[in-house]
Amino acid sequence: MGKFITRRLLQMIPVLIGTTLLLYFLAFAMPGDPTAGLCGDRQCPAQYVAQFRAEYHLDDPFFMQYLNYLNNLVHGNFGVLLNGHTVVQELAVRYPNTVKLAVIAVIFEAVVGMAAGILAGIRKGGFIDTLVTLFTLLLLSIPVFVIGSLAQLVFGIKLGWFPVTAGDGGLYSLLMPGLVLGALSLAYSTRLTRTSLVENLRADYVRTAKAKGLSNARAIGIHALRNSLLPVITYIGASFGGLMGGAIVTERLFNIQGIGLLIWNGILQKQRVAIVGPVTVLVLVFLLANLIVDVLYAVLDPRISHD
Amino acid sequence: MKQFKPVPLLSLRRVGVGLLAATTLFSMVACSQNTNSNTSASSTANPNDVTLTVRGCTPQNPLLPTDTNETCGGNILDASEAKLIHYNSTTAAPELDIAQSITTTDAITWDIKLKQGYKFQDGTEVKAQNFVNAWNWGAYGPNAQLNSYFFAMIKGYDDEQCTDAKCSTKPKADTMSGLKVVNDYEFTITCSSPTSNLETRLGYTAFAPQPDSFFADTSANKANFTKAPIAAGPYQVTQVSDTQFTLKKFAGYSGKYPGVVGTLIFKVYTDMNTAYADVVANNLDLDDTIPSDDLVGNLWQKDLVQADGSPRNGSATTGVIDVLSFAPAKVDPGMADIRIREALSMAIDRASITKTVFNGARTPATGWVSPVVDGYKAGACGQWCTYDAAEAKQLYQAAGGYPGGTINLWINGDGGHGPWATAVCNSIKNTLGLNCVVQTTPDFATLRDKINNRQLTGMYRGSWQMDYPSIENFLTPIYATGASSNDTDYSNPTFDSLLKQAAAQTDPDKANEVYQQAEALLGKDMPTTPLWYRATQFGWSDKIKSIKMTPFSEFDFGSVVLN
Repeated sequence: MGKFITRRLLQMIPVLIGTTLLLYFLAFAMPGDPTAGLCGDRQCPAQYVAQFRAEYHLDDPFFMQYLNYLNNLVHGNFGVLLNGHTVVQELAVRYPNTVKLAVIAVIFEAVVGMAAGILAGIRKGGFIDTLVTLFTLLLLSIPVFVIGSLAQLVFGIKLGWFPVTAGDGGLYSLLMPGLVLGALSLAYSTRLTRTSLVENLRADYVRTAKAKGLSNARAIGIHALRNSLLPVITYIGASFGGLMGGAIVTERLFNIQGIGLLIWNGILQKQRVAIVGPVTVLVLVFLLANLIVDVLYAVLDPRISHD
Repeated sequence: MKQFKPVPLLSLRRVGVGLLAATTLFSMVACSQNTNSNTSASSTANPNDVTLTVRGCTPQNPLLPTDTNETCGGNILDASEAKLIHYNSTTAAPELDIAQSITTTDAITWDIKLKQGYKFQDGTEVKAQNFVNAWNWGAYGPNAQLNSYFFAMIKGYDDEQCTDAKCSTKPKADTMSGLKVVNDYEFTITCSSPTSNLETRLGYTAFAPQPDSFFADTSANKANFTKAPIAAGPYQVTQVSDTQFTLKKFAGYSGKYPGVVGTLIFKVYTDMNTAYADVVANNLDLDDTIPSDDLVGNLWQKDLVQADGSPRNGSATTGVIDVLSFAPAKVDPGMADIRIREALSMAIDRASITKTVFNGARTPATGWVSPVVDGYKAGACGQWCTYDAAEAKQLYQAAGGYPGGTINLWINGDGGHGPWATAVCNSIKNTLGLNCVVQTTPDFATLRDKINNRQLTGMYRGSWQMDYPSIENFLTPIYATGASSNDTDYSNPTFDSLLKQAAAQTDPDKANEVYQQAEALLGKDMPTTPLWYRATQFGWSDKIKSIKMTPFSEFDFGSVVLN
């Protein structure tokens, strides 16, 4: 196990270099002069432009800029935004909001999704199964901003059950956005659980378990379910990694000051450091989330071994 | 100019009654609430205990008066700064604030006397040196302040500038010879050329004084100071974070424009729809951006009402004008013939576009100057801004048409400009039979980049928000030869000399008259065509009875009347 983890951690280095290079190239390739829009319908003072270009090394060739960036990165310096805040500072304020939101969404999709999937899978073709299939189809076909705006209007403005937005980052105010964010993944995790369970219930080892006299509950609960959850765990792990990257649409809709909004603003204001810095951190987080999922495999499935 | 953030659609505001009227209203409200036993708890609360949340956005630059040129940072600074001049929140007329008197005999040398006892928020007194030092610092080339050009009319400004953009050699001086401290409460400004509206200019954010602690801060770009800025205004910035800015009422404020409530919190919103949803739900107290979707059918006026049916929304005309610039002849020879430009201008049906696309949130423009400023005179654009299909078509054909038969109208794609641009294009197409295509750049920066490099042919959009309420601010920076915002390379020696003559007048009315003559020249040359004047729609929560909005699209926190 230790060797596996070490190997995977080492593999991350080339991946990280590759992604930052690509990222930096894309940010670099953004059209237009980054100082062009900073002074409204007026050209910025020449000295301001010169200082700006010097500060962000814009006059260096691409590779020099990139190496300089990598060098800063190794020293834990992710860059400084135009308003004087460092990217690290911004991340420290915003990351907790994104994580809280992602955790709510993942708990929702895992607990409700698996439960609904199991109920549907046990009696395939039954009433509950039809209901669940229909409901997930509905969730899959509605874009998240529609669900979000609708929830905001009905539960926030009309009924007043939840705060309309979550600017303060309180857990209660994040509940509605979290559920909205988890809704799409919920449909996937439900369907995955259901399909996978239906398949496993037909497998030989479940028939054997039942034949040797195990109760239905034990045969399903211990044997079938454990194997059925494997693909679901993979999916939830990957989706958690994705959610940690900030949900730009949900964060905008509910005004959650998370990573998604930071990157969104960075793109709008052409602040390269506000894009490259946070996304680099996200790449790291995503790689780690995948590693954890891989390690969890071995725990769930004895056939998989990392030794 | 103070630039609008490109993302949220620009904000527009309206002004209400005077401060005196507002206070009378307040006492009346308080009385009536006692009698009808209204359940509103805040009617008896001490306003000092009340916190209002205000829609905010992320400032683009550090919170320095000389480095803030956009509304996100500007709104916060204007609530916390006091300057020599304060603009009347209804008429935008300059009123003396820190200044005791501002006098001149020749519009070149100005004598400024300060009120004694005006305090900075750290308890030190505002003295003449605080102004002179702050301005010298802001104008000094190596400090690379975005607003440095506001000091350009002061004598000695050039000596403070670097000879090259990179500042490889230090400037000749780090002070301007035109600023002289007479004593603690008096200083003089000497301009390099006559500047008749200097007094009006001095209310702009960049002219705020700085306390001694500002100059003691040696960190790069005053990073330590901007974390907890000290100013002399009614509110002190006590918390600067990435998601909100907290301002507390300054107990030692001795000026004439105090705040009402104890605490203001500028909450950062990224999406105007979200802020709108919050103010409808009384979750946000003050919102100055109503999404255009909610203007349709006056939805916002139905959404934003108090429990008793009275409105909690308002609208205010503001000093913003939208124009359509015509590409300079050397970039687009097809634009050289003035009859083409006149025909295009005449072919735009401003009245129906403002009605159908903006639901009346814009007023058709008749000239190049906003109606809120001193010196405004309607009708400089004359017949060219009045829709006349037959006349336009005739002119267009007489000029031989636009070469190629297809004209571009350039906008940025991130500002919600699509609907009106399409309407303008259709109006031109239907009237002139000239194919008009809306070209969209991905964002505002790309549009500016292309305009700055003179890469665009046809027409492109431009918006101007005034820095200070003077007719001059709508003419000199945009149409003087070689001016910083002269996107059309307009150059007319008569126009330039009229601007100079106007600046040299000591009588403000006389100056305005000459400026109006200059504006009339624009109607003869048509470098751009005015589209419309803006108004700001805004809303407030049920905590507030009423509030005014200034012609600068900022809330007047001194005018708040609580419910």
